[in-house]
Amino acid sequence: MSRVKSFFTQIRRYPSAVVGMVIIFLLLAVSIITPILIPYSEAVRLWRGGEEIWAEYPRNAWPVWYNWFSSTDLPNTIVFNSGQGDGVQSRESLSADTTELHFTFEFDFPYDEFPPELILFAKANYEVKQPFLEMTWFTPDGREIRIGEFSPGASSSFRFSQDSRLQRRLERETGIDGVSAEQGLFDDPAQEGLQPLNGTYRLEISALLFEEDSNVDVTFVSYGLVHGLAGTDHRRRDLMLALLWGTPIAMAFGLLAALGTTVTTMSIAAIGVWFGGWLDALIQRMTEVNAIIPLLPILIMVGTFYSRSIWLMLGLVVLLSIFGLSIKNYRAIFLQVRELPYIDAARSYGASNMRIIFRYMIPRLLPLIIPQIVTLVPTFVFIEASLAVLGLGDPILPTWGKIIQDANSQGALFNGFYYWILEPAVLLMLAGLGFAMVGFALDRIFNPRLREL
Amino acid sequence: MTRLLRYTALRLAALFFTVVVGVYITVLIANMGGYVDEIRRGQIRETIVLTASANEEFRKLPEAERNAIIEERVAIQEQRYGLDQPFVIRSFRYLSNALTLNLGFAEGLTSDSGSRLVKNIILERLPSTLVLFGTANLLLFFVSLFLGLSLSRRYGSFFDKLVLALAPTSAAPGWFYGLFLILIFAGLLHLLPFGGMVSAPPPDNPIDYALSLLKHMILPVTATLVSAIFLTIYNWRTFFLIYASEDYVEMAKAKGLPDGMIERRYVLRPTLPNIITSFALLLITLWTGAIILETVFNWPGIGQLYFKAIGIYDTPVILANTVVYAYLLAITVFLLDFVYALVDPRVRVGEGSQGR
Repeated sequence: MSRVKSFFTQIRRYPSAVVGMVIIFLLLAVSIITPILIPYSEAVRLWRGGEEIWAEYPRNAWPVWYNWFSSTDLPNTIVFNSGQGDGVQSRESLSADTTELHFTFEFDFPYDEFPPELILFAKANYEVKQPFLEMTWFTPDGREIRIGEFSPGASSSFRFSQDSRLQRRLERETGIDGVSAEQGLFDDPAQEGLQPLNGTYRLEISALLFEEDSNVDVTFVSYGLVHGLAGTDHRRRDLMLALLWGTPIAMAFGLLAALGTTVTTMSIAAIGVWFGGWLDALIQRMTEVNAIIPLLPILIMVGTFYSRSIWLMLGLVVLLSIFGLSIKNYRAIFLQVRELPYIDAARSYGASNMRIIFRYMIPRLLPLIIPQIVTLVPTFVFIEASLAVLGLGDPILPTWGKIIQDANSQGALFNGFYYWILEPAVLLMLAGLGFAMVGFALDRIFNPRLREL
Repeated sequence: MTRLLRYTALRLAALFFTVVVGVYITVLIANMGGYVDEIRRGQIRETIVLTASANEEFRKLPEAERNAIIEERVAIQEQRYGLDQPFVIRSFRYLSNALTLNLGFAEGLTSDSGSRLVKNIILERLPSTLVLFGTANLLLFFVSLFLGLSLSRRYGSFFDKLVLALAPTSAAPGWFYGLFLILIFAGLLHLLPFGGMVSAPPPDNPIDYALSLLKHMILPVTATLVSAIFLTIYNWRTFFLIYASEDYVEMAKAKGLPDGMIERRYVLRPTLPNIITSFALLLITLWTGAIILETVFNWPGIGQLYFKAIGIYDTPVILANTVVYAYLLAITVFLLDFVYALVDPRVRVGEGSQGR
């Protein structure tokens, strides 16, 4: 206990290490909480489930905090779902078969930009005759605009911008050629050019049902330009999920790979030094061959030909790093350790070879190893990200690298969707810096020779 | 001089052996469980069926006869590719083919000149990679050496502490900083291009061409530098500090030798072999990082070729590229070994392990 305490008093002298520890702690906390809050199967469903799961999210929306820094207020997504009792609904029986449903959605629009999309989703159930929907738009300044009408099927949608009659009507209304439905409906006619009019808008939908058991549920979505704390990608998925789930994956990959490679490499170096002779020579030659085998290309090859599973990649990384070049460093130190008197003492009381290697030689190197492991973690976190950026990320799990790859292949930097790259990049950076800063400080604590420098 | 030549020849032989073993392992991994052979077989069959069914005469034949003809042609073709031999023999054939980059035709990619030979595709792209990484690594070596030396002279100063504080940034690879650099200099400021090697269309005038090349190189080179330089400076400065406290340096100081001379003869000279070794290790990691750096910067080198080949599952190109990387690593190791021999008088021929 006192050793742990003295360790913490020592590390407190390095402010960067304290910052690093906080970062690592936060990342680990996220790694533990995320799988509990969003179980694996749920995460996979949310990330790969299909269009209907993210249909109500906007496409390529900035995170909401963008509004805090920007002078223009970007619109949020506004959703009215009659199935969940949003808006005002009324029902009127016109005849034995015919019923009229009436939906009124009223919302406030205080934003400085037009929404990118307006869609009305309708789910109707009927036997023969489809219901009939009619939509009317009321602007804050009291104008009334007929939007159009359509007959919904079991699951259909009405995209405002794809209705050419509505567009022509809006062109007449605003006097601007080529105006889109979204712009036309929210435009302030009192101002020159296109400027959204702020105030309370109302969408009225009347649905005629021609059968006794027929019913219709409508969902109106006015898509925003900002969404959630992380924004969305080109397929409307909420990036938050991938950012959260990327954390445990990155941590697990980095920690396991760093631990695995260091422990195996050190053991092999110790065994080689202890037994010496041809075994040592063989290990040396293997190390040289291994230095020629390029790690990333091999991973790429395996990823392309066999499997992209992240755990296979992890196994390969460890396997290919067993004979890493650090064997040479460990070997140099073990050669000195071997000659120390306490090893002779162990031998004289008859300790077995394995006991000497694993109980006497390796523990001697632990102070050197711990900073090494911590500093290695980011390397592997970035290897995972690198593979994902090349399109060889795990096929199922969302990871930080896969977000960057999606963003890169969609030209996020070129098109100005900076948040899309910055969010995973900042997380990668935090993970990298956190471990590296702690590793550096540990190095200085455990290797006093460096401390004065 | 003969000593040096013999050392070089021995190292070269040892390295060649290493490359052979390395490439053999690569071939084994690439063809794990005959997987690539299966792909090959499938392709052979598909091409033969396609060409045969395009033939009018052939389609009129009864089915049994048609199948017999296809089987026969497949067998001939498989024999031509040597697919009927046992794997051990085949693997050695692949090895010799791989070593000479004689990997036949790419399945989907072509070189800019239109050739489908894997060798041509790769050789065409090699110079761009070498230009970019040669420049970046040389710059990295000399800049960090110079700065490391000057910081060791003034350790404890503000810049020293700054480098120490910035050293953890080297945890991220070059492509990662590349993303940020593109965002700032291309996306926001519009000062430099988003990627590519020269502007399109390439300028005819050699001077304009060189200028355009330089302009495109600024960001990738900076990205490489940023990703490695602080840690390298920090390591070397620590190195110089340790060596500067040796007795013979104190002795030189006591003799009243000028600082410059002490640095050159008493500090730099004996540490040079170690510095070169650490640089070799750095280069090896940088080479692998190059694949993604080129992809991010759309640089038409062999790294980006990888990216393209993965996209369309072009097996021969991926395999050949891996071999080329093995060669590049071997050449790097060899060049540095050679320089090592030049600067370290203690190198004794016949001793496999280096100076340590």
